[in-house]
Amino acid sequence: MTEKELQTQQKREVQQNAEPTKPMKQFIPTVDIYEDENSVTLLAEMPGVSKNGVEIKLDDGNLFIEGVMQSDQEMAGKTVLLQEYEVGNFIRKFSVSETIDQDKIEAVMANGILKLVLPKIKPAEPKKIEIKAG
Amino acid sequence: MSIIRFMDPPFFRQSWPDLERLRQDMDRMIKRTTADQSGSQVFPPLNIYEDSDAVFVTAEVAGVVQENIDISVEGETLTISGERQSLPREEKSSYHRREIKTGKFSRAVALPTKINLEGVSATLQDGILAISLPKAEEVKPKKIAVNVK
Repeated sequence: MTEKELQTQQKREVQQNAEPTKPMKQFIPTVDIYEDENSVTLLAEMPGVSKNGVEIKLDDGNLFIEGVMQSDQEMAGKTVLLQEYEVGNFIRKFSVSETIDQDKIEAVMANGILKLVLPKIKPAEPKKIEIKAG
Repeated sequence: MSIIRFMDPPFFRQSWPDLERLRQDMDRMIKRTTADQSGSQVFPPLNIYEDSDAVFVTAEVAGVVQENIDISVEGETLTISGERQSLPREEKSSYHRREIKTGKFSRAVALPTKINLEGVSATLQDGILAISLPKAEEVKPKKIAVNVK
């Protein structure tokens, strides 16, 4: 074998203190987070979640992402032959240490992947003060 | 590539629906626990359903674009293959977390019945691939009308 085949990652279920009122399962989406000089980018894998089902909140350095599944009516009235994945909502929280420009956050949802760009606030440029000879 | 075989069609399908459902649930539970232990499975994860007219296969393929998915049906074997590529990113950036895996995948599934190859269709929406495979006419259940004399 020259190339390793892609493996399925088992969905991790959210461990909560309180039981959810809705019977739907909640999973932790797998994410990529990378940073460059200008921004922090987060990619979250949320298959089955459409653009309208995504909610993002950022307050006080806490980033909260949620993906809500549309009700799964496909299964109704059909016999299940094989079930390898379960459907449910996606929830994950992060604490962001960088100062983020909240007004310029961009989010794109495509092919079940949420891309969130969090632009950093640039620190004020150091100003050089010249001293005049008195 | 791995092939999944379906269990033999149950003998008492019609007469024992509850028992049959219980048996399937047990099978699924066992399958799930063993899958957890091994820790890895072939990508993509599939759900397969059927009704009297068709077999439906759905796969979680988040991040895979339409051009990178190949679906083929040969006899009673469905093959899904493709590649998940990472999204383009700035060169100077550095990773804090890297959980989303990328790479090639290929998966073959033995279908439970004969398929009408002409009618196979597939859609990709929000990272879910849905394939609909209509059953061949000869395996569809036939309703026989009872005539009253």
